[in-house]
Amino acid sequence: MNWVIDHIPELLSAAVDHLQLALLPVVVGLVLSLPLGWVANRWTVARAILVPVSGLLYTIPSLALFVMMPLLLGTKILDPINVQAALTIYTVALLVRSIADALAAVPDSVVQAASAMGYRTVGRFFAVELPLAIPVLVAGVRVAAVSNISLVAVGQIIGVGGLGYFLLHGAQSSPPNYQEIIAGIALIVLLALVVDGLLALAGRALTPWTRQQRGPVGRGRSVVSR
Amino acid sequence: MPTQGVRVIEFQSVTKRYADGTVAVDSLDLTIDAGRITVLVGPSGCGKTTSLRMINRMVEATSGTILVNGEDIRAQRPATLRRGIGYVIQNAGLFPHRTVIDNIATVPVLLGTKKAAARRRAEELLDTVGLPRELGKRYPAQLSGGQQQRVGVARALAADPPVLLMDEPFSAVDPVVRDDLQEELLRLQSELGKTIVFVTHDIDEAIKLGDKVAVLRVGGELAQYDTPATLLAKPVDDFVASFVGRDRGYRALGFLSAHGAEVVPLSTIPLGSPVDEARAALTGGWGVVVDENQAPLGWVSTSSLSTVEGELRSADLVAGGSLYVADSPKSGSLRTALDAALSSPSGVGIAVDSGGAVTGGVTAESVLKALDEARRSGEVPS
Repeated sequence: MNWVIDHIPELLSAAVDHLQLALLPVVVGLVLSLPLGWVANRWTVARAILVPVSGLLYTIPSLALFVMMPLLLGTKILDPINVQAALTIYTVALLVRSIADALAAVPDSVVQAASAMGYRTVGRFFAVELPLAIPVLVAGVRVAAVSNISLVAVGQIIGVGGLGYFLLHGAQSSPPNYQEIIAGIALIVLLALVVDGLLALAGRALTPWTRQQRGPVGRGRSVVSR
Repeated sequence: MPTQGVRVIEFQSVTKRYADGTVAVDSLDLTIDAGRITVLVGPSGCGKTTSLRMINRMVEATSGTILVNGEDIRAQRPATLRRGIGYVIQNAGLFPHRTVIDNIATVPVLLGTKKAAARRRAEELLDTVGLPRELGKRYPAQLSGGQQQRVGVARALAADPPVLLMDEPFSAVDPVVRDDLQEELLRLQSELGKTIVFVTHDIDEAIKLGDKVAVLRVGGELAQYDTPATLLAKPVDDFVASFVGRDRGYRALGFLSAHGAEVVPLSTIPLGSPVDEARAALTGGWGVVVDENQAPLGWVSTSSLSTVEGELRSADLVAGGSLYVADSPKSGSLRTALDAALSSPSGVGIAVDSGGAVTGGVTAESVLKALDEARRSGEVPS
C-alpha cells in the first residue's frame, strides 16, 4: 500500500483524465447517434445499411483503431483527440442500433395520436418518441460508458490512456510494480461501477412513469371519496 | 376560428388510391351535418377509417376535395389543421410518459397556452368526462381501459374544437364499459353540440350513437346515408339489409317511444303479506311482489303459491323479466316495452316510473297495437 499512499495525487488526476477521455465520447457519440438512429428507424433502406455498418465498426480491434487515428485525422500522435475520436466511433456503433430499436418500440398508436394532435416531425421526436425511448437508450448508454472506461486504458499504447498509464508503467518496471498495476485496475473498475450506477439512477429519474404501479388502481384506496 | 353555424364537413368526389392500386375510398360524396353525430360504418376494408383520416390529413386524398367549414383542408398545413380538429384514436393512444393532466393539456400547449392555464382547463375537462380530479396526477398505465378512453375524449376536447373525429374509440373495451362510454358520449354531445364523425364496425353502436349513419361497402363506396330509423326500416339493397342485421325489425322498435303502448293496472303484493291474501290478489293467475317502495321484486302465480304457507318471502318468488320506464318524457322505447313483455314469466311486462315503482303492465299485443298506430300516423319511415 505504500506506493498507493505515496501516489494519491497522481492517481486522482489520472482518474479525472480517464473519465474525460471516456465520457466526452459518450456525449458526442450520443448526439451523433440520435439522428442516425432516427433515420435508421424511419427508412428500412437506411436501417439495412446503418445497423450492420455500425455493428461492423464495433468489431474493429481498439488497438488498431487507436493506432490508425492519427493517420485518419492528421493529428499528432499524443493528441487526446485520437483516443476520444476512436471511442466516439465505438459509442456510435453501440447506440445507433439501440436508438433505432428504442424508437421502433414506441407504440404506433402513440405516434399516430401525436401526429393527430398536431405535432410536427421534429416536435414529435423530442416530445414523444425520444422520452419513450429513454429506458432502452439509457441501457445502451450504460454499456457504451462502461465499455469506453475500460477501453481508455488501451489508449496508453499511443501515449494517452488515463489510468492505463499505471498498468503499462507498472508492468514495465523491473521488477513489475504489482501495487501500481492493481491500483490502476481497481480504480478503472471503480469508475466503471460508479458511472454505471449514476447513469442507472439518472435513467430512473428521467422515467417516472415506468415505476408506477401497473394496471388500474382501485378507486377506494387512493382516491379520496366521501 | 370558424363562423358560427357553418360548421360542416363536405366530401366532394373524394378518392383514395394507394400506390399498389387498391382503392380504399371511391369517389365519395358526403355532407356531414353540423352539431350532429355522423357514424361511418361498414365491414373491414370499406374505407371508413381512411375516410375519417382524410379529414385531418392523416391520409391525403388522391383526388377530390374535402371542405371543413367551407374551406379546403389543403389550404392549411397539416399540423395546423389537426390542432383545430379533435381526434380520439382506438385504444386511446395516450402518451404513456405524461400524466393524465398533461395528456389532456397537449393541444392547448401546442397552440401556445401557458402550461398552468392549460392544466387548469385540463382539470375541468376531467369533470366534463366524469373522472375524479385525483386521477389527473396518474400515468395512463395506472388507469383502466374505460378511464383511458375517457381521458382520450378529454384530450380531444381540450382546445374546444368544433369538429371531433373518433376512430373506433370504444372497440377495445368490454361491453359493459362500452355501454357506459356510449351513454357518456351522448350526454356530452347533448351539452357540447360538436360535429362528430365516428367510425365503427359495429352496426349496433352506429345505430345507438348516430344522428345519421353512412354505410360503406368494401371498396370504399357509399351504400346508404340515412337516419338510423330509416336505415332499419328501408335498407336500399341486400348489402345494407344484411349488414344492418336480421333482427332489424325488432331493433327499429327502439326508435319508437313506448308512450303509445297501453299500460294496464297490475295487482301488486307487498313482500311479507300472508299467502292467503296474495292468492286473492292475483289477476289472471299472476301477481307482482313489491318492496316498501313499490319496486318490483318478482312474480307469484297460483301454482307457485300452491306449496307456500304463512307469509310471502323472497325465496318464494319467480324471477321477473326486464323492466321498462313508462314515465314521460324519459319514456322507454317500444323495444324495451316489448322485451319486458316477452321476458316476463306472466307475459305481462312491468312498467315502472323513473323512481322504479311499478305503474302497471304491458302486453306484447298492446306493443304491436301501438306499432300499428305509429305506422298509420307516419311515425315509422316507409
